[in-house]
Amino acid sequence: MATKAFQKIYTKITQITKATCSLKAANVGNEELATVDGNLAQVVKIIGDEVTLQVFGGTEGLRTNAEVVFMGKAPSLRVGDQLSGRFFNAFGDPIDGGPVPEGNEVEIGGPSVNPVRRKQPSELIATGIAGIDLNNTLVSGQKIPFFADPDQPYNQVMANVALRAKTDKIILGGMGLTNDDYLYFKNIFSNAGVLDHIISFVNTTENPPVERLLIPDMALTAAEYFAVEKNEKVLVLLTDMTLYADALSIVSNRMDQIPSKDSMPGSLYSDLAKIYEKAVQFPDGGSITIIAVTTLSGGDITHAIPDNTGYITEGQLFLRRDTDVGKVIVDPFRSLSRLKQLVIGKKTREDHPQLMNAAVRLFADAANAKTKLENGFDLSDYDERCLDFAKEYSSQILAIDVNIDTTEMLDTTWKILAAHFRVEELNIKQDLVNKYMPKVS
Amino acid sequence: MSTKGIVKGIISNLVIVEVDGPVSQNEICYILSKEARLMAEVIKVVGPQAYVQVFESTRGLKVGFEVEFSDHMLEVQLGPGLLSRNLDGLQNDLDKMEGVFLRSGEYTSPLNTEQLWDFKPLAKAGDKVQAADWLGETQENLQPHKIMVPFVLEGLYTVKSIVEKGSYTLKDTIAVLLDVQGNEIPVTMVQRWPVKKALKAYKEKPRPFRLLETGVRIIDIANPIVEGGTGFIPGPFGTGKTVLQHAISKQAEADIVIMAACGERANEVVEIFTEFPELEDPHTGRKLMERTIIVANTSNMPVAAREASVYTAMTIAEYYRSMGLKVLLMADSTSRWAQALREMSNRLEELPGQDAFPMDLSAIIAGFYGRAGYVILNNGQTGSITFIGTVSPAGGNLKEPVTEGTKKAARCFFALEQARADSKRYPAINPIESYSKYIEYPEFEEYIQKTVSDEWIPMVNEMKTLLQRGKEVQEQINILGDDGVPLDYHITYWKSEVIDFVILQQDAFDKIDALCPIERQQYMLKKVMGITRLDFGFDNFTEIMDYFKKVINILRQMNYSEFESDKFKEFEKQLEELLKERITQKNQG
Repeated sequence: MATKAFQKIYTKITQITKATCSLKAANVGNEELATVDGNLAQVVKIIGDEVTLQVFGGTEGLRTNAEVVFMGKAPSLRVGDQLSGRFFNAFGDPIDGGPVPEGNEVEIGGPSVNPVRRKQPSELIATGIAGIDLNNTLVSGQKIPFFADPDQPYNQVMANVALRAKTDKIILGGMGLTNDDYLYFKNIFSNAGVLDHIISFVNTTENPPVERLLIPDMALTAAEYFAVEKNEKVLVLLTDMTLYADALSIVSNRMDQIPSKDSMPGSLYSDLAKIYEKAVQFPDGGSITIIAVTTLSGGDITHAIPDNTGYITEGQLFLRRDTDVGKVIVDPFRSLSRLKQLVIGKKTREDHPQLMNAAVRLFADAANAKTKLENGFDLSDYDERCLDFAKEYSSQILAIDVNIDTTEMLDTTWKILAAHFRVEELNIKQDLVNKYMPKVS
Repeated sequence: MSTKGIVKGIISNLVIVEVDGPVSQNEICYILSKEARLMAEVIKVVGPQAYVQVFESTRGLKVGFEVEFSDHMLEVQLGPGLLSRNLDGLQNDLDKMEGVFLRSGEYTSPLNTEQLWDFKPLAKAGDKVQAADWLGETQENLQPHKIMVPFVLEGLYTVKSIVEKGSYTLKDTIAVLLDVQGNEIPVTMVQRWPVKKALKAYKEKPRPFRLLETGVRIIDIANPIVEGGTGFIPGPFGTGKTVLQHAISKQAEADIVIMAACGERANEVVEIFTEFPELEDPHTGRKLMERTIIVANTSNMPVAAREASVYTAMTIAEYYRSMGLKVLLMADSTSRWAQALREMSNRLEELPGQDAFPMDLSAIIAGFYGRAGYVILNNGQTGSITFIGTVSPAGGNLKEPVTEGTKKAARCFFALEQARADSKRYPAINPIESYSKYIEYPEFEEYIQKTVSDEWIPMVNEMKTLLQRGKEVQEQINILGDDGVPLDYHITYWKSEVIDFVILQQDAFDKIDALCPIERQQYMLKKVMGITRLDFGFDNFTEIMDYFKKVINILRQMNYSEFESDKFKEFEKQLEELLKERITQKNQG
């Protein structure tokens, strides 16, 4: 980053902590970028003439006489069509060896959409995965995370969803990605021949953690360009938001803030909401959909990160291994898509809502039957039938390797239900039963 | 000369301003940056330095910027034209803002000063009046809207003159009042009031007792809320808080509904924007939006304005209550408001209380809930604000400061439960842990006897006892096994399941089942309780289960059918026949 003419260079740092440094400087704007010894930093606090900078790369080896230059602007990204197909770091600099893309410079983390200018999301995103399309239907403009333990195949499912969804652009925001996962995404996207639809902002485990704080805003600024200027449907993948929140807590700790629950900053909710709320359906057809990953520790969703996330996002997707069928399934109990009501039974067949609820309720009965079995009680005929149903439902519908269209999902569910249950056990409106339930001889 | 100041420090949205004159706590000021005037509120004063929280992003703000103080606290404008508006937390009209994105420092008035309103005087020259007395009336969305003596006036005044019936704008003087010294005070149809002060221009605040019908069975029957009552809905995410709140706001029998979307999802607000102008008010047949005001401060909008938004909504509610109207105020979610308080308290480096919330959190919550209520106005008419807030407890744990603080302040507790939500038993209100203190009020009991029926409250108590019993039996069955308990236990359990499936559960997405008027509730409750009083004969427990599933299925089909339609009666006939199959001699005697 070259120094421009007439820029004042400061060389007297008065205080250094692990992530910040302070110095006396004048005419500095809040949140302005600066370089400290060539490394990027951002203004986080100004008291009188003392300015505190958060140094993204950390302050290891920083000298008190290092050169500090203020850049007069907040972090920004050059947006334009040339972003397509490229890989960038957290600062928006190319890491794929290509040229710096041209375009308008836009500050990242820009203003919010006026809620009255939003349009109600109404377009179904088909993924072919019945555990998602049938029970937790996704809608464009939605924001939804995978809540998953680190050993679960969330990145694979997410990549599948991204590739099958009919979107114009996919933007990957990788925070603390392992190099292997980064290469996985790169490979799967180039093998699918869709690399020119994809833009990636990547911070790997090898980069300083505080840098990842810029990743979501970079990805979403690019997304806003395509969704607003080009009216495109943009899908943003953010993985892993837990590592993002960890970086937030590092910074707030260095700033001497009082931590709230689980050592997270008190502003965690607002910080996460600012990112997720960028998901939007614009009136002119463009949309931003966010699918994120929040890794859990031992499935604990009461931890501050998943907990706050759950209150912000429009549902969550849980993966779990169903040992009865030996497959990874989308957990129908803990997963939820809040926006599904906008499309199911409207963009899909009329029986969708009731059928979905009936099947999930019976799946819950099967879980109870299983508990009974494990506790050594005799099973009733109904319990036995529930268990049989659950196995078929799990492997033919819930498993993540399913890839069929929504109508086929509905027909399959009816077929499985009809094989095991009587009409009065379903609690479905009579009209729908008459119309769609296959007759079993 | 109003006070001026200079920016001395910036820590996120907390700005330190050195002032050249007197400032007051909670005074509004504007920071003059190159592009905009950013609104801020004084929240702490130390010597010549005022600490102000900025209602906008502080990006680009510099030390040395000028600040102008306004000499007043955060105020709202009150007058005809507020209904159907979509406002932000500072009462800006969101629809008047240009562009897709919100711009910082853009403020728009919620009222239209050019529009003509038909005014009809209610007071006449010579009348003695005081704050909030009705001077006249206009029509807002075909509803009478009272023009009142400004709330800020203290003591008695005499009406010197009042305009004739006719059309006036909000700028026109419609009356002139005289104070005791004989000073003239011109009055227009608009007035201002600081949001953080409760509006107390009424005669008295008795205990509320009139049922507020919500059309949600589990509330109206088991945990009723009253006009002027307070309630709260805590629940982990995904348990249906918002769906329940929307259902109540759509169906409740209120004159005015104010929705404060406080730090919640923007798409949920969009749902209201999209649906309410289409949906009909079930009580008047007019569009829902005509009686609704939305105060939207979604989670990505500035945090300080989020704190203000609930006060803005409450003040508007108080304004309409003073007109003798039934106002329903819903705030989703009060936890976000508490978090906004926490963020500020943290930046002020105050000593934290539990979970880093400010120490006075529960006092702030109680003070806010206290502003709701049923009041008798000075002219003897009544008005009410029913307030229902949601709470989003961290980790679903109800032992956290916001839930605990709210529990002390609110009289109804609608406990949403993860387990019920997981098994899709919606609305997922736990029937045993939830409560309404109003049920114990003798005034309420008397009111119900008069308006609904004598049997109602005994029947509700009987239902609750059976639910409790059903739960106990279920636990015993879980421990001892199906065969380990007498058949009677199974029957009791399944009777409680009939209540659960038919009365407590309700399909908010079904056109017919979503709204259940009190008359229909009474019919179904009687029907179901009638079944639970019957004696049945069975040989084994699987028979019991199969049989009651059939009973539940038919009753649910009744819930899905239009009340007293042919289809409804057809299912009812099926039910009677099914019941005959199994009831024992005892019943027929």
